[in-house]
This record gives sequence, structure tokens and C-alpha cells, in this order.
Amino acid sequence: MIKVLQPGIHTSVQDLGRFGYRNIGVPVSGAMDSISAGFANALLNNDKNDAVLEITMFGPSLEFTHSTTIIITGAEMTPKLNNKDIINYKLYQIKSGDILTFGKLTKGLRCYLGVKGGFKSAYILKSRSFYDGITSKGFLQKSDIIEYDEEKTSSNLNYPTINPKNQFFETTTIEVFKGPEFELFTSYEQEKLLSEMNSISNKINRMGYRLEEVKVTHNKSIITSPVIPGTVQLTPSGQLIILMKDAPTTGGYPRVFQLSEKSIAIMAQKKTGDIFSFKLL
Amino acid sequence: MTYKPLGESAILVEWPQQISKEILNDIRLFTSKIEAKKWKKIIELNFIYSSLLIIYKSSEIKFIDFKNELQLIYEESYSGVDIFEKTKTIWEIPVCYDIEFGIDLPFLSVEKKLSIADIIFIHSNAIYTVYGIGFLPGFLYLGGLSEKLHHPRRDTPRLEVPKGAVAIGGNQTGIYPQTSPGGWQIIGKTPISMFDIKKDNPCLIKPGDEIKFKSISKDEFDFIKLDYSAEMYELKKGKK
Repeated sequence: MIKVLQPGIHTSVQDLGRFGYRNIGVPVSGAMDSISAGFANALLNNDKNDAVLEITMFGPSLEFTHSTTIIITGAEMTPKLNNKDIINYKLYQIKSGDILTFGKLTKGLRCYLGVKGGFKSAYILKSRSFYDGITSKGFLQKSDIIEYDEEKTSSNLNYPTINPKNQFFETTTIEVFKGPEFELFTSYEQEKLLSEMNSISNKINRMGYRLEEVKVTHNKSIITSPVIPGTVQLTPSGQLIILMKDAPTTGGYPRVFQLSEKSIAIMAQKKTGDIFSFKLL
Repeated sequence: MTYKPLGESAILVEWPQQISKEILNDIRLFTSKIEAKKWKKIIELNFIYSSLLIIYKSSEIKFIDFKNELQLIYEESYSGVDIFEKTKTIWEIPVCYDIEFGIDLPFLSVEKKLSIADIIFIHSNAIYTVYGIGFLPGFLYLGGLSEKLHHPRRDTPRLEVPKGAVAIGGNQTGIYPQTSPGGWQIIGKTPISMFDIKKDNPCLIKPGDEIKFKSISKDEFDFIKLDYSAEMYELKKGKK
């Protein structure tokens, strides 16, 4: 297992998400950047739905009690193993007593820590993804423990390292589809929604990203209707909200865009103050 | 009806934007026809009010082909319709309307020019239809609130509405499944959990079901709460 010496700020266990429970109002959850989480499992030769740790902005301090193999993908957060620098996208052998810590965030926002065989936190409604109210908590706290299976024979560490110089999430272009209510707006308004730059406000979390700019104010309301991660809502006050993995399953604001899964992963690595533009697919 | 893609792997089917039992039944019928196909390419189906969302594996079928396939299914006649009407469930939700819980009852009584007893009578003598579940796990979107009780949401939402609070917001009534911020007018409280993650089936009530509120005293509230926590209370299926 791992012992949480310090929790970081928003550290949680995530797999691909909780499917099949929208009809009782349960959000899908799952790794915000499913691409980086997927790399971690692929390089560990895990199942793609194995649970990883999603580490946001300020990393935790973790002590391992059993041998395993780990990998870190996604955001670059100056990870150290027993106080020695390690790098992303490389497998490391872990023995009992090893301590993993994180330092300065230098690229992206969320990194993923994978272990051989995945983390074995509580499996509730067919998923291990943390979501407060479904699982007992939303984020790790100090002194928590998370189980994983001890690795008896060590993994082959000679996989090629794929530490990319430029990660896929460094783009400032977010590709989107038109949303169901896009056509409710005039071509001038559509142009405004599409052409201007967007900056990310300080209201960002696993439920959604609120954007700073006031784009198009309106009084169009729709009957409460399904929304999914990546749905972009336009509030009456003119601001855009990009719904993320923990968003409610229904909403009442016009849905002007829909992000692809890849665009959600890119967005998950953006933080307050970052600037990007939308591009129609 | 329109079929629109919602991103790369979901189809949104929309009926006219109305709160209507006919539309709800048409959506339920379509949903059961699709479910009867037992397609592996479908991840999940989800409807609320006048929309049906079909989430599918985009690696297995293209939007346009799937849309055509769905349209054909919609046209098909289906023998399951009668069974589906007969199996409709009406749940009886116990609610204590004591003003200790129904903190906005005195205010509503003045605003609506109705006695508190009248408000309780009107609220607990209607049958409500579950048009969908969303906002929070186990939050039912209910249709069927008497126009006499329609009342706008509070200008400033409360930071904390307690779990189980029964409330009125605009033309809707609902039950808060967990403690959360909320702007609705609170008229009572149910001692049962609308969403209980410790149970195999955390939310017994399904979209398309109907519910009734049963007015209970404070003593009954305490009894039911105790029974419920000891897993000795079973949610009753009511009669029309």
C-alpha cells in the first residue's frame, strides 16, 4: 500500500470513470486527462481501466510499503524518489520504504502516478474513481492509505522512455464540435464565440472550468437536458463554462460547443490565466 | 424529433421542449425498444424531460449510420408497450411538514394566501411524475406541482439546505438527496434517503416512475428515521 504522508491539494484515485449510472444522477468522473492516465497504464502493461493517482498542482508525499513498479505521466511536477530527481514517462522499481515527493509544477496541471496492477481503492458502482458522496471522500487526506498488489517479480524496466519534449497538451487550440444549441445564436454571435481568445478564470475544478471573458449575453433558456464532460455551456451573463469529469449529468444553459475526449484531456492540463482558442472540428 | 451529435460518441434525440407525459412516455417507449436490442455498442441511455441521450462506442458505428438505425427502431411497432404501462411504480415518500423542517412554510402561506394546512394538503395530494434524475445523485425532476404552489426561488440561495429537505422552486418540487447549497423554498423533510450508496440499488426510484408525498407527524418522522437507519423501513409503493 501507499501511506499518504502529505496529501497535496487535490489528489484522487481515478480510473476511466463510472458508466451506467447517469439515470440516477451519478457523474461519470474518471481521469480528467484520460490520455496521460492511459499512457501510465499502457507503459506499465496494466489494464486501461486500472486506477491511477491524479495529482493536481501541488503533489503529495507518499510512502510505499511494498515493492512495485511506478510511472509518472502528464504534468511535470519535479518528482523525487527518496530525494533524487526522477523523470516522467520512465518506469521505476519501488521497494518497501521508498518515498515519492513532488516539487515545482513546470508544465501542465495534473500528473498521473501509475503502479503495476493499479490502485485498489474501494470499487463502488463499477469504478474506483473518487467522487465525494459516492466514495467516502473526494480527495486524499493525510494518513490515508491506498492498497495495491505487491509485485513479486520485477518488471522489465527496459522499455524505451518516451519522455516527449513537447507534450500533446501544450497546444493552445481546443478542437470542438458544434453543440446542440450553437445554431440558436446569430452568425455574428457564433463568430464571437469562436474567434476570440479565451482565458481560464480562477474558478476551475473537476466539475468545470469557467472562462473569464464575457462573450455573448443572452436570455435563451432550455429545458433541463443531458450534459456530458466537455459540454460547453453559455451562461446568460455571457461566460462560457466547460464541464469536466465530475460535472452534474444535466444542465439548463445553452450548449454551444462539445469538446472531444482529446480536447478534454488538453483542457485538464490548463490552469488559471492560460489562454487558448476554439477551433471547430 | 431531431437527432444531433453531442461530440464524438453521443446522440442527443430531442422532442419538443415541453414537460409532458405524452412525450415522456414516447421517450420511455423508444428507450425500451433500444434497450431490447441489447447492443454492445451502447454505453448508456439517459433521458430527462424531452431529451434522450445515447452514449455509444464511436469506434463501432458512425453517427449517420447509427442515426438511421435509430430512426427505423423508432418507427417499429413494439409489443412491450402494455407491460410497460402496467409496471409503472408509484412511490410513497413520507414527509414531515412541521415548521421546524418546513422553514419557509410561514413565508409561503403569506405569499400564496393559503393556510399552512392548505399548502400541505395540496402538496401531499398530487401525483408527481419523475421526468429525470440529475443535478445531484438521486435528485428527482418532478412534474405535477399544483399551480397554486408555484413560487420563485429565493433571490439568494442558502449555502446549506439539509439532506431530505422537500422544497418548491418555480413550477417544480423536489427533495434534496444530500446537504447542498440551494435556492428553493423549503416546506418539509423526509426521513428516508433518496440516494443511499450503501445499498446495492442506491436509488430505487427511476425516471418515469411516479411519487406521492405522505404527510407524517414529527413522531412518525423519528420512528421512520430510526427504522430506516436500522434497514427496517421499506419504501412503500403507493396506490393511485
